[in-house]
Parts: sequence; structure tokens; C-alpha cells
Amino acid sequence: MAKTIHLEIVTPDRKLLSEDVEFIGAPGFNGEFGVLPDHAPFLAALGVGSLHYNKDGRKHWIFISGGFAEVSSNKMSVLAEVAERAEEIDLERARKARERAEKRLEEQKAQIDFAKTQAALQRALARMKTRNLSA
Amino acid sequence: MASLKDIQRKIGGVKKTKQITKAMNMVASAKLRKAQQRIEQFRPYADKFYEMLTDLSGRTDATAHPLLEVREEIKKVVIVLVTADRGLCGSFNVNLTNKARRLAAEKEAAGKEVEIICVGKKGRDVMRKQPWPIRADHVNVMNTFDFTLGTELGTSLMNSYLNHEFDEVIIIFGKFISFSKQEVSVLRVLPIASETAEVEDIQGPASEYIYEPSVEGILAELLPRFVNVQIYRGLLDTNASEHAARMRAMDNATKNCDELSKSLTLVYNKARQSAITTELMDIVGGAEALKSA
Repeated sequence: MAKTIHLEIVTPDRKLLSEDVEFIGAPGFNGEFGVLPDHAPFLAALGVGSLHYNKDGRKHWIFISGGFAEVSSNKMSVLAEVAERAEEIDLERARKARERAEKRLEEQKAQIDFAKTQAALQRALARMKTRNLSA
Repeated sequence: MASLKDIQRKIGGVKKTKQITKAMNMVASAKLRKAQQRIEQFRPYADKFYEMLTDLSGRTDATAHPLLEVREEIKKVVIVLVTADRGLCGSFNVNLTNKARRLAAEKEAAGKEVEIICVGKKGRDVMRKQPWPIRADHVNVMNTFDFTLGTELGTSLMNSYLNHEFDEVIIIFGKFISFSKQEVSVLRVLPIASETAEVEDIQGPASEYIYEPSVEGILAELLPRFVNVQIYRGLLDTNASEHAARMRAMDNATKNCDELSKSLTLVYNKARQSAITTELMDIVGGAEALKSA
């Protein structure tokens, strides 16, 4: 069996995942990065996007928003404000959120919070992407 | 003395009250279990957060970030008062609001402006009658809130703080220690308390970690979230404390109902006895009168 690294994902509401995996790809603040077993100690801020890990030859996808990853002694802990397994993502809701955000950005009303709407759009897109990747 | 019927009615009333307090006790205990579970689930996240933050701030110049910096002149203080939405939980809400009032008066006496933010209806109802302006309130949320509320509160506080609208934020909440112990807790949220963030400089393995994007970059991401985490923790704790306090209050009430109905039954029996005695006396007296006639 291949060497593994322990992956743990926690959010304020639950412990989403605690498993030994073979590879982790995470959406870093400055782009994607990959973590293999026995990685050097590492601390990173995560952006909005999809994290994936390989286990038993299968790829699993998880949507993540606003978090941090810490790697030390062959263990990676991810702290995320929101984390959802691809299977849990409500595609319909994400699509609606996207439409809503796009519409708001198009209308360009003065009172909308531009940054907030853009962040919402980004989240919706990342959710949809995560879902589609795992399908 | 009250008539037999009156006493009986009273006993019935007490028994009904007892049913209600007992039911409330059970509801509170179910809710407490849920609230405790939420605290448990939040703990790994929060603990990891503290760990990272202490680790990081030990490695950088902690004053570098505006959220850490203690302002020289504190002109305005915001007090975030977290209470329950509902009453009937003993002195729980009163303790919290009293603390808030004392603290506000203290700050005012020291020449600072005070504004209040209320989470929970009971606190707001009291604070509305106080001289300090209410900056914002969130009522009827204690049953349903999630992390979003923590984020919302934290973000708006931070934005206004960074805009110099106020210089200090203090949160008052009911800290949940155990079922039988809750206490009023006062915590400075902003600027981020130095004792939580600034530990002794960590040396040695400092260079071991790879940071992305950088120590400062991560800290800048971490600190605002830390505020949210602290507020959310306050909310969760208050929620659990409320239910624990209500459980105890209702337990006491149920016991008191028992006692009351016992002593009322005694009064009732005595009254009944004396009524019978009087009646007997009447009959005997009547019979005597007939005999002697």
C-alpha cells in the first residue's frame, strides 16, 4: 500500500473528515498546491475553491471557502469556514446563487456591495465546479 | 379560612403549574444537550485556531496588524451583550444585563462614550430603557443561529472598528462551564487581547514551517476570523448556559409545586375534618334537643 498522510477537515459546525489519504490538492491563496505524504511543515491560507484528495485510487472532491491548512508531522489539518463534500452540494441552489449574483453585478446598482456579490458569485461557481468535477 | 372548594381549586392550579414546569424542564434539557453538542463540535475548530494564532503571532511583530494594536486614546466603547431571547431561566439574564449596565456606567464614568449591541431579546428589552444608545440588535436568533451570525457580527464590528468609529469592543456572555456552573464572562474582542494573541516568542522551529503567502499574509487572514470565532463561541456558550439555567429554575419550580401542593393538601384535610366535626356537632346537638323536648 502506498504511503499516506492524514487529512482532517474541520468547520465550525462539524468535523467533516478525518482520513488517511495518498495525495491532497488544495486551493491555496496564490494558486493550487499539492501535498504528498511526509511533506515539510507548511502553513497556508486557502482561497475559495475545491480541494481534492486521492484515496484507494479514487479522487474525492470537497468545496472549501475561507480557510487555512496546516501540515506537520505527516498530518494536514484544514480549518474552513465552509466545507462541503461534492455529493452534498446542492447544484440547483448554487446555480440560483450564481444567477442572482450575476444579475446583481449586471445591474450595477450603487447600493450593492460589489465585493460581497463577487465573493458570492465566486462561491457559487466553485461549488458548481466541485460538483461537476466529482461527477 | 378559605372554603374547601377554594383550596381544592388552588391545589388543582398548582398541579397544573407543575406539569408545565416539568415539561419546560424536559424541553430545556433536550435543548441543552443539543447546545452542548454544538459546543463540542465547534471545539476542534476553535482550538486549532488558537493554536495557529499563538504560533503565528509568536513569530511576527504582533503590533504590525491594526486589529492587534491597542489605541492610545479610547474614546468610544461598544459593548456586545449576549442574552437569551426568553425568560424563565432564573437570574441568568438579569446577571448578564446587570454586568453590562455596571460596565457601561464604569466606562462612562471614565469619560468614554458607550454604545450597546444586543443579541437576544431579554437584554435588548432592558437596555432599551437605559441611557446608552443601542447600535444594533439581533433578537429571536438564539434558537436558530449558526456561524453566519458570528461572521456577520464580527465583520461589521471589524469594519467599523477599522474606520475608527469606536476603539474598543467588549463582549458579555454567559460562559458555560458545566451543567451546574455558568458564569458571566467579560471578554475584550477588539483590539484582539494581547494575552491571547501575543505569547512568548517561539524560537527554534520557526524556520521549519513554510508559509504561504507569508506569515503576515496568513495573520491578516487569520485575525479577522479569530474575532468571528470568539463571538461565535460567546453565542454558543450563552445558548447552552441559558438552557442549563432554565433547567435548574424549572427543577426548583417543580419542587416548589410539590411542596405547595403538599401543604395545601394538609390545609384541605384539616378544613374538611373541622367541617365534619362541626356537622357532627350540629347533628348531636339537634338530637340532644329533641331528646330533652
